[in-house]
Amino acid sequence: MVEQEGIQRYVAHAILWFGIAIVAFPVYLAIVASTQENAVIANGQMSLLPGGHFLQTYYQTIFVGTSGSTREPVGTMLLNSLVMALLIAFGKIAISIISAYAIVYFRFPFRMAMFWLIFITLMLPVEVRIYPTYKIVADLHLLDSYAGLALPLIASATATLLFRQFFMTVPDELLEASRIDGAGPFRFFWDTLLPLSRTNMAALFVILFILGWNQYLWPLLITTRDDMQTIQIGIRKMITTTDALTEWPVVMATAVLAMLPPVFVVVVMQKLFVRGLVETEK
Amino acid sequence: MANVTLRNVRKTYPGGFEAIKGIDFEVGDGQFCVLVGPSGCGKSTLLRMVAGLETITGGQIDIGGRVVNQVEPADRDIAMVFQNYALYPHMSVYNNMAYGLRNRGMAEPEIRKRVEEAARILELATMLDRKPRQLSGGQRQRVAMGRAIVRQPKVFLFDEPLSNLDAKLRIAMRVEIRKLQRRLSTTSIYVTHDQLEAMTLADTLVVMNGGVVEQIGNPLEIYQRPATTFVAAFIGAPPMNLMPLTSDELRSQLASDINASEAGILGIRPEDFVISSESIPGAIVLGLTVEAVEHVGAETFVYGTRQREEQGVAANPGELPPGEVIVRVPGATGPAIGQRIRAVAPREKLHLFTADGRRRVG
Repeated sequence: MVEQEGIQRYVAHAILWFGIAIVAFPVYLAIVASTQENAVIANGQMSLLPGGHFLQTYYQTIFVGTSGSTREPVGTMLLNSLVMALLIAFGKIAISIISAYAIVYFRFPFRMAMFWLIFITLMLPVEVRIYPTYKIVADLHLLDSYAGLALPLIASATATLLFRQFFMTVPDELLEASRIDGAGPFRFFWDTLLPLSRTNMAALFVILFILGWNQYLWPLLITTRDDMQTIQIGIRKMITTTDALTEWPVVMATAVLAMLPPVFVVVVMQKLFVRGLVETEK
Repeated sequence: MANVTLRNVRKTYPGGFEAIKGIDFEVGDGQFCVLVGPSGCGKSTLLRMVAGLETITGGQIDIGGRVVNQVEPADRDIAMVFQNYALYPHMSVYNNMAYGLRNRGMAEPEIRKRVEEAARILELATMLDRKPRQLSGGQRQRVAMGRAIVRQPKVFLFDEPLSNLDAKLRIAMRVEIRKLQRRLSTTSIYVTHDQLEAMTLADTLVVMNGGVVEQIGNPLEIYQRPATTFVAAFIGAPPMNLMPLTSDELRSQLASDINASEAGILGIRPEDFVISSESIPGAIVLGLTVEAVEHVGAETFVYGTRQREEQGVAANPGELPPGEVIVRVPGATGPAIGQRIRAVAPREKLHLFTADGRRRVG
């Protein structure tokens, strides 16, 4: 680090504060807007200071929903998004750690073929295979269900590859020591490999939870019932109203609520994350 | 307690590479057997075959009277200490030692008794709650030993267990391992590439090279009567001086009672030379020009070249370049560089081998 003196330091700080302002201002604006009256916002006379409708707006948003329509309350949407994001995160971690275990530690016919098959799916995200995936989900009668929301997004290669790379760095002697200690494949996986993967799983969880939370296209396609819609879809539907004024305080409150769970996950998991980077087990 | 018997054991990898080319030996009950050889000689592979971590493609391995070729490692009643210790990083020292016992369904009080006993022997009693990463290298090594001890197996297998330690600790642990093995009198097979470790630990020494056994025997016997030039050069530091008998100069010096017709290579250990101007009957005399002198304190190594360049000795590991001779002089005084000396080796200290180095002839 170069020690900076006087004016230089102030300039540096000013630049940093400017950067923070650019990022933070829209968020601040959303929070402020969610506490104002709709009429004020619609007039274009919104104050930059918080208004007095905080409790009222958030109560309405979470438990009632927008007025003048049959929309669901945001509480339901939050729950839907939460269930979907958690299913995707946990499902993906479970599936990929098991498949990575099979690929790294077992010798079976077409092992490499299997690996490449999984690898190739990297090039086929949901957006690319949307029609066949929709068809399958519809044929399985999974439209408007949590399973339909989560399953197609669970199958993917990224997490498998990550765990594969991690398993390859685990010394072979650990497996051999386990074999001599009388641990079969299941015991080795459960007693040794899973505990060692803990920090990797935490890191993946953060990434996958946010990925699941931010899904837009897939939930838009397969949810038709209002009580199954996720919060990302909900926001969009709230903004486009045909005959009434958009209820901006409610929209903004929803946006703020939609931001909270990912922030919460990052803040909580960050400790595990950093500890995983500092502590080198193995 | 058990014997380990290897009969014509072979290992051929799927690619066709033959790592072990037919090995026979027996380790008696309670014996400490050391497999030694340069890297790539197959010693670790052989140990892993005894452990059951490598398949056996030919021959038979017998532990305690039972052929174990098809037996899982866990059921062979062996315990292994790995070079990198292979401790479970997420488990405490206690759990590292207890894990194998729990997997066998042993009752917790008995496990506790055994682990505490092992911890007492290995001076780990105050560290049972620590994780491996909180231990020093020597302590980890002891935990790995403890994990082997608590099982009370028929055979201990050691795969270069000391090579990750620094030199001082290595010597200390070497002594500890030997004491421990004597105390438990458990049959042990120990792999190392360090000939000093091999010499000091072994009851039976097995010198391996290129997937075959070069010589089996008591360490001193091997040192005093190496069967091949490979063993002669590998065991002992600095290595034995090996000189081809192509020139008449050397051959004419050989005593008449030696059957010199078969001999092609003459070997003399550095410590068997005396720098002297006297002539002893039957002794070999080499005229050397001193090239370098190493002072170790208690002894001094003198590197000299012979007057006439000699060629043709196979370049085995640890061997000297042709024409160079090492002489060990006790004490700290040696000749000066550039000085010419007479190195004399008595008749009874000569080792003679066939020209290909595969057989000892005198």
